[in-house]
Amino acid sequence: MCSLGVFPAPVTAAQTLFERNNELLSALHPGEHSQACDLPSPQFTRDTLKGHSRPESSSRSVFLDQRDTLWMRSAGAWRDAGLYGLLDEITNSAEEVPRFLAVGSACVLALLRWASSFHGSLFPHLTLSSDEMVAEFSQMLDWSDSALRSFAWHPHTDKFAVALLDDSIKIYKSNSSPTPTLKHRCQRSVCALQWKPLCGSALAVACQSCLLIWHVDPASLSTRPSSGCAQVLSHPGHSPITSIAWSPTGSLLVSASPVDTSMMVWDVAAESAVPLQRVGGGGVTYLSWSPDGSRLLAATPSALFRVWETRMWTCERWPCLKGSCQSACWSPDGGCLLLSMQGERVIYALTFSDLTGGPKAASVVADLSETTFPGPDGDLTVGGEVCSLSWDPRGERLAVLLKGDSQADNHPSVIAVFKTRSSPVFELLPCGFVMGEAGAEPRFMQFHPHFQHGALLTVCWSDGRISHVPFYFSSAGLLGGDSPQQALASNTTNPSSNKLYTEQIS
Amino acid sequence: MIKMFSLKQNCWFIRKVVIWRAVASIAWSVLLLPVTSAVFVLLSRFSLFHPIQWISECTSLLTASSTIFSLVVLCGVVLITGLFNLEFYTLVPSIPCSRMALLGTVLHPRQCVHSLVYCTMGMLVMWCASVTIGGRYSTLGIPCKQSESGEVVTCLNEYHLFLLLAGAFMGYSHSFLGVVKNMYYVSFQPIQQYKYPRFKGCLPMVVKCSVIQSLYSARNFAALYFFFGYVPKTWISSTLHLQIDSSLQPLDSLTGLLDFSLLYHLSISGTFLYFTWYLTVLLFRIYVTEAYSFPVQSTFTEDAEQCLPKVLAETNTLVMKFLALQDLALLSQHSLSRRLEVFSLSQPGGHPHNWNAISRECMSLLSELTQRLLAHQDAVASNGRVKSQSASIDTRSASSSSSVVSGTEDVSETPRLSVPLRTPGSVFTSSVGGMHSALTAPFTPDVDSPFSSPAIRRLVGQQEPRSPWFGTVQSPHIMRRGPKLWSASTESQSNGSPPASPATVPSPPAANQKPSFLAQWLQNRREQVKSFLAKRVLIVYLFNKLPEASSQALFADSQAHIWALQGLSHLVAASFSEDQFGVVQTTLPSILSCLVVLLEAVDRHFKLPHASSKPVRTVCSMGDSTYKTLRFALRAALKTAIYKITTTFGEHLNAVNISTEHRKRLQQFLEFKE
Repeated sequence: MCSLGVFPAPVTAAQTLFERNNELLSALHPGEHSQACDLPSPQFTRDTLKGHSRPESSSRSVFLDQRDTLWMRSAGAWRDAGLYGLLDEITNSAEEVPRFLAVGSACVLALLRWASSFHGSLFPHLTLSSDEMVAEFSQMLDWSDSALRSFAWHPHTDKFAVALLDDSIKIYKSNSSPTPTLKHRCQRSVCALQWKPLCGSALAVACQSCLLIWHVDPASLSTRPSSGCAQVLSHPGHSPITSIAWSPTGSLLVSASPVDTSMMVWDVAAESAVPLQRVGGGGVTYLSWSPDGSRLLAATPSALFRVWETRMWTCERWPCLKGSCQSACWSPDGGCLLLSMQGERVIYALTFSDLTGGPKAASVVADLSETTFPGPDGDLTVGGEVCSLSWDPRGERLAVLLKGDSQADNHPSVIAVFKTRSSPVFELLPCGFVMGEAGAEPRFMQFHPHFQHGALLTVCWSDGRISHVPFYFSSAGLLGGDSPQQALASNTTNPSSNKLYTEQIS
Repeated sequence: MIKMFSLKQNCWFIRKVVIWRAVASIAWSVLLLPVTSAVFVLLSRFSLFHPIQWISECTSLLTASSTIFSLVVLCGVVLITGLFNLEFYTLVPSIPCSRMALLGTVLHPRQCVHSLVYCTMGMLVMWCASVTIGGRYSTLGIPCKQSESGEVVTCLNEYHLFLLLAGAFMGYSHSFLGVVKNMYYVSFQPIQQYKYPRFKGCLPMVVKCSVIQSLYSARNFAALYFFFGYVPKTWISSTLHLQIDSSLQPLDSLTGLLDFSLLYHLSISGTFLYFTWYLTVLLFRIYVTEAYSFPVQSTFTEDAEQCLPKVLAETNTLVMKFLALQDLALLSQHSLSRRLEVFSLSQPGGHPHNWNAISRECMSLLSELTQRLLAHQDAVASNGRVKSQSASIDTRSASSSSSVVSGTEDVSETPRLSVPLRTPGSVFTSSVGGMHSALTAPFTPDVDSPFSSPAIRRLVGQQEPRSPWFGTVQSPHIMRRGPKLWSASTESQSNGSPPASPATVPSPPAANQKPSFLAQWLQNRREQVKSFLAKRVLIVYLFNKLPEASSQALFADSQAHIWALQGLSHLVAASFSEDQFGVVQTTLPSILSCLVVLLEAVDRHFKLPHASSKPVRTVCSMGDSTYKTLRFALRAALKTAIYKITTTFGEHLNAVNISTEHRKRLQQFLEFKE
């Protein structure tokens, strides 16, 4: 088991640039220039983006108060807020309605409130408002405060989509082509983005009220695709959507909402959905499809998660001891699942194999409790709960976003990077910490899906910057690569990955 | 009736699989009947203020002999419903292209028998329901005192009659909506599930649908009874010599109908009725669409016809073909061992028979779709209407279409041809010329394609392809293009004149023959009638083509193509690492060009008007509307299939021998620019 204590001390003063020759180099080192990777790294500040400060229903206060008839008001309340609104309206206008109606509706309202509070006591997350729920279950750390709301690499090309605070989405490509901005009436509080695999254009967006599928023509030069390019998928009772996952073959899309006990399996082109309902857990917060497409992890807000097999869509229940499952990632071959729980400072691993029929218990593979490193300007504490996990597509690097303590000033959120190896036993080895510029904390990270020379970690920082950190290494499966970086890496170290990291174990 | 139930027993698959699946679904529906009846009894006798009495009454009622008898009757109803499901189900929906065609389907004798049987079944179920509810609903005749003489006579119980008629009405509306909403269309789910979880997942939807449908029907029936209720009432009372109790409030009045308990019982019984039927349909759908695993190859020669390559080539048994394609798509994604069987070589000889047969069948399916799309594009003019047939000469088409639009009579001035002019209004011509054929034949283009099931053909009663559609696709372009899609039948046949071969249609010798005066006069009349009818609103309403219906009809069976695409692309992608003998390499160029040609045809189809407009989503209905979006699903599946192959093979595709234009298109895919 690996712990943060064996990590090399983080360099706080400067931004981490890349990994080479087995060590993470930062801008401090003399003679090292930032490797020119031609990927765009835009920066967004909160001031330039205006978010939606007002909720949907408060536009009423702008207009003059006018007394409609009771019928009109009741109809409006029914339309705006459903049964609750109707009953509330009737109860409030007691002088206009017969007495028995007002009393009756007040009783029904009280009964409903009691029932929903009972339900809420069973599943506390149901008492949250929609925005709070998205902030709670998003993979983006500190979602409500961040200028960046979500981020997604395209699985096959060098382009990525960024969702911003003002509910717009921008698409960046590696060359200097125009960056399309996507805006839609229904596109509010974007919680997750994912590009469709085996497709050049389709981007799925999880919004507060619905699911949007944008079809952005890669050949088009338009910077503002019309909202006609977006497909709106919605299902009653299935909002806010906090997680989406495309199947690796691109044929199905699964969406999850913390208030809906069923997750939806969409056939996007046909706009039809099959609900898969399991009542326990009270909702589904996070979805992750294994890269080989055979399994799907579904986390719930309670101390329970499920692993679905995607052939006949049956599931295994995995009750946890303490908290709910916060984040997870699959190994590239789909055989190993790493999980982090809320309130626990460890990473669990589940190993699946078709022969044995699945694991019996999760094993702890890393300990991430607080560790203090002495530094030139005071001690630095690192460690804490895991916010998100990301595994590079070659299965050699694992990035872990650790939540800091916002009260303490020397305990920031950091990204810890592990080296992973799977044979003879699964093991995590320390690699280092990825640091940002002074004062910037990481909020979100994702590995580039097909970086040529190793792995490339893209990090969204709290100052609104998006930066890319390459890890140059020679993979065990790709010996004799022709790229200069690989040649460089193999000059100094033995190309066999088994021997490459032995010196680190101490 | 016997002919109706002559099941298609010629195929081993129907005999050994489909029949047993249907039997299992009917058995489950019968087994679930006591449960639904118990719930119905509980709800119908519900009383808020006497819960103890309510429960005890219900338990005694559930064991009473009348309830047992009702259950036996209901079992019979469920049995007949199940048989109808088996007989009427279709995997390719029939999509009427105009309202007239829809009307023709509704009035077809087969459909009339169906409606009649459902009316009877509805009455039977409602009779059981009224007996179960008891009280004032239980019998048709009740003793009453006559006001003048004071003697006791048998009077008509209007409540009982009301429920029976409601049952007949609901039966008819079920049968009617079954046609309009394609109730018997069975669609396949995008994911595989075991039967029990799927049933559990669908059950809330079925309950919701039956409640909503019952409320709608109750509303409609109440309105109908309010206006026309006296007709059956007086008829029944006169034929059965029942008096009408004048002391009671008649039900066909406003005060009589605004009886809360009556409406409650009506909607509860209606829900029970619809739920019984919908449950049978649901169970049948679940059982029929269950995946079936065909062996890829067999060691015994007598089982050879049950193996996947043989089964895929079968065209007569549609359900077997669909399930085989589904199985192919599943094995290509999930089963390594069965994929290896596909790539294997035959034992003596070393030929890749399995792969050859499977790939050939998939490709022929896809190229058939390509041909169909190209024919449709040729037939449809740029304004979205069906191009006139004789207008292989384009100028004439323009002039004649303008003449109809402007309504002037200069049609008679145009040179006579032996074959009458076909204008955009030719739809009207055929309806005048052969009203019976237009009535029965929907303009569904693929009704006569080899892919449609005999059941549909019988359903729409199409003996010979005579609808205007068939005439219009006979343009010489298509005849030249290659395989003939539809059997030739020109308009002239319906007029009794000898069939003119399409190639001679625009030929000048026709003009040399001096047409007789009579023929010219008839021709003039015809044109006049035609232009007269074209201006009538109702006729236009009935005969106008529904937008996007032809597009839906073209892709009605596209689920098969989607599976073929998935199966083919996954097998080709898997062959990159699993194909030891390189059997796929030989067919790779033809597969790629087949996909690219289809993609071009699909792209062009989506440029037609109405083709890319999304259908309105239905809120809650048992009728399956997935066929409306199949064309989008096909387009997505096609692109995904090409991407699957290009991403797997990557730069190796440059070594594949394909034409330059196709290579250019594939390059777009390699760069993810599609």
